[in-house]
Amino acid sequence: MAYRIVHYINQFYAGIGGEEKADVTPEIREDVVGPGLAFKAAFGTDAEIVATVVCGDSYFASNMEKAGAEIIGMIKKYEPDAFVAGPAFNAGRYGTACGAMCEAVSKEFNIPAVSGMYPENPGVELYKKSAYIIETPDSAAGMRKAVPAMAKLLLKLLAGTKLGTPAEEGYIERGIRKNKFFGKLAADRCVEMFVAKLKGEPFVTEYKMPVFDRVPPQPAVKDMKNAVIALVTSGGICPKGNPDHIEASSASKYGEYDITGVMDLTSDKYCTAHGGYDATYADADADRVLPVDVLRGMEKEGVFKKLHNKFYATVGNGTAVASARRFGAEIVGKLVADGVTAVILTST
Amino acid sequence: MVKEIERKLPVVHVCTIVPISQTVGANRIVPAIAIPHPLGDPTKTEEEEKVIRRRLVEKALRALQTEITEQTVFTD
Repeated sequence: MAYRIVHYINQFYAGIGGEEKADVTPEIREDVVGPGLAFKAAFGTDAEIVATVVCGDSYFASNMEKAGAEIIGMIKKYEPDAFVAGPAFNAGRYGTACGAMCEAVSKEFNIPAVSGMYPENPGVELYKKSAYIIETPDSAAGMRKAVPAMAKLLLKLLAGTKLGTPAEEGYIERGIRKNKFFGKLAADRCVEMFVAKLKGEPFVTEYKMPVFDRVPPQPAVKDMKNAVIALVTSGGICPKGNPDHIEASSASKYGEYDITGVMDLTSDKYCTAHGGYDATYADADADRVLPVDVLRGMEKEGVFKKLHNKFYATVGNGTAVASARRFGAEIVGKLVADGVTAVILTST
Repeated sequence: MVKEIERKLPVVHVCTIVPISQTVGANRIVPAIAIPHPLGDPTKTEEEEKVIRRRLVEKALRALQTEITEQTVFTD
């Protein structure tokens, strides 16, 4: 008998719509939907998708606990043997939802769960410890590669086959260490690695050091009354027409915009360049993303000394971590040179 | 981006998806309203919306004035 699989996808892959439909609540369909067809082909007769859960990305991301519980309730009666989510590629909210659902389902039903994501998807950092996440390319162009790898891993987990290393199986490392016997002593292996390193030859460490990429918090602002506050956003706010052509996703640049004398971001002058959320509300009133209007009010009241006369904006939608790092470093250099005291960074 | 800014200036991250902000490594985090309108609520009147926005910005400024030693989410 074929294994019973429940598949999780977002509103986009279900054909409901794009960002304008990202707030749809979860629904279940007793059908194979969207990428489910590729899974069906990959599973062959070994497994079948008995139901597909569809949920809007924004709804899930804004109501994680509630949405998770709702979906668990929905899939219970299908008595799944396993769960598959996505693949989400580099879509951040979708990846977060896929990871959260894999974690919740495997905890609740004690069944295997597999997703697929690009390594920079925030869902990876959040859920790689609790879920098997196949490494995928950054866009849906990688569907043909991702689905068979996800299906293969899921079938292995279902059959209880012993897994190889993450690199062999194609999933992202979960931080689990396993003991293994070697013919050679540790000292020998260590010296061999060291010699290879000295020669510039490739070698594989037996224990990767974790990367703690944390920055200690700056001291608090002591004298707010004399502070200069600057605004930065990843929400894509820019002058109408997006003069710097900041990309709607995978931004390669940020903009610097002068707001001297601007008291309010009105719809005739400002909009968003962001392609990763429904732009209706930001286009109608960009203060909803970048609160210039209330900061002007507080500046006038003397809560702080000055709102910095420039704001910086980029689009945080599938943007490479390396790009974001460069933007941040450049922006803060300029802010320090301009005598800014502290920064409010808004994200959608 | 937030982390690079924090290397030189105090920064508060006002954002909707708090777990992502925590993973990225923001230190001062203020949860916002919703993804397409973090500092607004189109279901309210313009005046009510401005009150909501003002409250969030005040919270952000309070966060900037609070000494912290570790990642902190300012819920109230």
